[in-house]
Amino acid sequence: MNRRAFLNKPATTLAAPITAVLARPAIGIDDPPADDETISRFANTSLPTEPRSLAGISLYTGSWGYAQAAHLLRRCLFGPTRAEINTAASQTLAEVVDRLLTAPAAPAPPLNVSATDTSVPQGQTWVTEPFNQTFEGARRSSLRAWWMGQLVGQGTSLSEKMTLFWHNHFVIELGDINDARYGYQYCALLRQHALGNIRQLTEEVTVAPAMLRYLNGNQSTANAPNENYGRELLELFTVGKGPLIGPVNYTNYTEADVQAAAKVLTGWRDNTTTIAGYYTASRHNTTTKQFSAAFQNATIANLGDQEYKALIALIFAQQETAKFLCRKLYRWFVYYVIDATTEAEVIEPLARLLVANNYNVAPVLRTLLSSEHFYDAVNMGCVIKSPLDFTVGTCRQLQMVFPAASNLVAQYGMWDYLNSSTNVQQQYLGDPPNVAGWPAYWQTPQYYEMWINAVTLPRRNQLTDLFISTNGYSRNGANIKINVIDLVLSLPPATAADPNLLIAELAQLLLPITLTANQLTYLNDTLLPGLPDFEWTVEWQQYLAAPTNTTRKAAVETKLRALLRTMMGLAEYHLS
Amino acid sequence: MKRRHFLQTTAAATVLPTLLGGLPIGAYGFSPELFDITGGATQTDRVLVLIQLNGGNDGLNMIIPTDQYSALMNARADIAIPQNQVLPLSVNTGIHPAMAGIKNLYENGQIGVVQAVGYPNANYSHFRATDIWTSGSDSNVTITSGWAGRYLNGEYADYPNGYPSTANPDPLAISIGSVVSNCVQGPSVNMGMAIASTSSFYQLLSGGVDAAPNTPAGHELTFIRQVIAQTQVYTTAIQTAARRATNLSPLYPTAGQNALADQLKIVAQLVAGGLQTRIYVCNLGGFDTHSAQVPTTGSTTTGTHATLLGKISQALEVFQDDVRRLNVQDRVVGMTFSEFGRRIKANSSKGTDHGAAAPLIVFGTSVNPVLHGTNPVLPANAGVNDQVPMQFDFRAIYASILKDWFKVTQTTINELLPSSTSPFPYVPVIRPGVVNGTASAAKTNVAGFSVYPNPVRDRATVEFTGEGGHVQVLVYDAVGREVVRLLDRTLSRGPHKIPLDVSQLAAGSYYCHVQEGPRVSSRLLVVL
Repeated sequence: MNRRAFLNKPATTLAAPITAVLARPAIGIDDPPADDETISRFANTSLPTEPRSLAGISLYTGSWGYAQAAHLLRRCLFGPTRAEINTAASQTLAEVVDRLLTAPAAPAPPLNVSATDTSVPQGQTWVTEPFNQTFEGARRSSLRAWWMGQLVGQGTSLSEKMTLFWHNHFVIELGDINDARYGYQYCALLRQHALGNIRQLTEEVTVAPAMLRYLNGNQSTANAPNENYGRELLELFTVGKGPLIGPVNYTNYTEADVQAAAKVLTGWRDNTTTIAGYYTASRHNTTTKQFSAAFQNATIANLGDQEYKALIALIFAQQETAKFLCRKLYRWFVYYVIDATTEAEVIEPLARLLVANNYNVAPVLRTLLSSEHFYDAVNMGCVIKSPLDFTVGTCRQLQMVFPAASNLVAQYGMWDYLNSSTNVQQQYLGDPPNVAGWPAYWQTPQYYEMWINAVTLPRRNQLTDLFISTNGYSRNGANIKINVIDLVLSLPPATAADPNLLIAELAQLLLPITLTANQLTYLNDTLLPGLPDFEWTVEWQQYLAAPTNTTRKAAVETKLRALLRTMMGLAEYHLS
Repeated sequence: MKRRHFLQTTAAATVLPTLLGGLPIGAYGFSPELFDITGGATQTDRVLVLIQLNGGNDGLNMIIPTDQYSALMNARADIAIPQNQVLPLSVNTGIHPAMAGIKNLYENGQIGVVQAVGYPNANYSHFRATDIWTSGSDSNVTITSGWAGRYLNGEYADYPNGYPSTANPDPLAISIGSVVSNCVQGPSVNMGMAIASTSSFYQLLSGGVDAAPNTPAGHELTFIRQVIAQTQVYTTAIQTAARRATNLSPLYPTAGQNALADQLKIVAQLVAGGLQTRIYVCNLGGFDTHSAQVPTTGSTTTGTHATLLGKISQALEVFQDDVRRLNVQDRVVGMTFSEFGRRIKANSSKGTDHGAAAPLIVFGTSVNPVLHGTNPVLPANAGVNDQVPMQFDFRAIYASILKDWFKVTQTTINELLPSSTSPFPYVPVIRPGVVNGTASAAKTNVAGFSVYPNPVRDRATVEFTGEGGHVQVLVYDAVGREVVRLLDRTLSRGPHKIPLDVSQLAAGSYYCHVQEGPRVSSRLLVVL
């Protein structure tokens, strides 16, 4: 399969349709937003030019409080809870970053919750059972749901955000590899090295069965090297493609380097029994591989099953590799515009740090997330939430309660529902759209704006409307919804009883941008239409005095729902 | 699932300030030709305007039982309106002097008053009482949908699936204000489109979005706001209607001075522009007058509550003037409501606490311009727990409007308004001639009556078409005193133009009143 089919499509179709769309008159009744809109007509047609931070990566020495802690956790977690932000604000920046960089123990593997997969009883894992096409769909759903469960249940650790980063980086598609056991092995590998050594992760991913199958490494033989993996390894996973400076010369590598790398990588196949990559000497190209000037004209002689490590060492010896990786981290955590100042003051020093630390990612993350640059006000609130950030963040920040592990079918069912929700918002765990990952992180000049269009925005609103509705969402006899009363009861009593304090508290939790006075008045009017502030206090206290009185509860619940629905409908709610 | 389904659900269910690229309405004058071409002339649909007075309106200081002044003064001497300043509506019933405009409309056949509207077992919680009024439930029953929403849901059962459509291109309901009113909440989705504020309406017409800071976050915020605007499915319908009609009354106050007038101005424009929306919900807040509803010192005819009532009066008066000029007045009726009235006895803070029944106002040329019911009977010495007793169940008013205005069958009404006390008695709030089709509202008015220019500086012209009888043309000041008797004699049949010299009148609001036999009309006249 040509995994690049998608990759080139946006690049070639973007410029023209955007211009055409912008030239169109305002939509009429007979001309609604196209059902298949994938790029908003309002998205960037060139990179934004708003002023960017001049600060570098020196240690942040400004004030540390709720705003800074919330900013850090918004970027590092999927929707930090109020308690998590408050805890972080009460600690030092160094303590918080230490905690974020501490990887939790590996989670137990996904479990069978279906009646279809009869290989193991419900409640047991299938990850080491023999492959069976009949069970594949159920297992893939189980894996995807389990992965979603890791996100929903994450602790204060960068582990999940970085696991997803690596998934977006070393892409595979579960739908393509068609073996959920491979998929699980791949997930476990990403999670194991999420905060670890990038070179080692690259080595292991290179011979992981999922990747061997996804990018055809398993079909690469001595006499017919398949260039697919070698090309993506250079172009997307490590050194990156630079400007075209000569025939088939992409500055950082050439077509000859792709061919040489492909030869190095020959001989590997995937084993469905051991769920591992394995090396077959007879399929390996034993010639000496010649690299171009981009790699200092290096050669790699036959090293058998260790040869791919030599290739990776050669690639990781290039400063461009470190820069490429740091730019990608920057676009994941900070913003997508990298101007000359950012390149010089942030990317280059981080790249040197990455090399100096032998490609351990933790020191780079620590420096970036502790930097003056990161906490510059202009870098706050400018990331558009991905569908996963939006969906999981809503569940977590609004303290939605999910079914317990004691009811596995219901628990996995809800996680599965979240996957279907993010899928229609155009992000599906385990299945990025193509080998380049989600275009929000590479498609210039739109970047994050790729997430929001006339199709996806209503879907986001529909999801939050459902969660805030009276009935929420039900499946398998279980129910999830935003319990507005419980949410407000979790606030300090004086905050809950004062409408303006309440709105301010929810705003600083849910929105990364300070609201204007008009917006706050508007929200106040949503909670208390036409009424003076003290009436909220009266109604809330009346509810507290008789919490089992359904009439009183309904009275405050209706208003809180209206308030939260409005807040989640604000444009600001899509920002991180 | 079809994507359009998502869109419509969102448009209905999520409150978002709206906008979208389009031509500013200033580019279009009102053009009868354009109006005809675009089909505006064929609208026959009836429109209901609901005006929610948030906070609990003090009905006893609005519609005043002048036959019980001693009881009134015993209960609320601090805040009561002096009897000699009450504007009379009838022998025994008067109206707050801030509502001279309402009195004028009443005399003009465009106002009805329903006395002491409430429901059994009154609830004194704002939130709960509002839910009761908007849902139409019994006091001890929770219904999550709104009464008007259930009506619309019955009419358009599949909404929002397949909407907007060629047959139904327009929002079924529009609420103007920060909340999509629960009145129009359907069983599953809200049947209404929310226009967050009057400013967001004009933003919608002009295609702007709120300004954002010049930062990366502001850049992305603007982008998202643009997409939000794009996905409001009714944006184009609203823009189109707004382009077809321009408000014609010169009497509107400056924007921002009277929130209700600002909202009704939008309603008039959209109705005249041919929008097929049946129900509009507007609101005015601030009626929760626990303290200082009248000034600490000075006249009780001024202060917070007087200002609010004055806004209602001004807003309805200018709205009626506008819909008349726009030739849609016979299509529109409206009613005010508030979650409760206030206590008979004033508290010690020159205010009133949460109460029970209160009067409501119905308006429009098609309403029955009478006082429905009788004055509430007040205890001679009201105690702190005495309440105005209910005379009409509020759902009787809903039921009668549904029956007479929207031609809903009694069976359906019973389904829409489930109650242990249903069916509700019939209250003729719509003019009988309108109901049975025997007499149009116009027959009660003097034909072709207008006063221009208006506002006027020195000299105006009073124009009307006489039937060949005795005609009086009088000018009253805002508190009802006759200041000019321009004409009091028999005129020939046909059009007449009478010059009116106002140079001797102080600047302010007056009413020019013309009467010929049973027909009467009157106009607000602003002297500069």
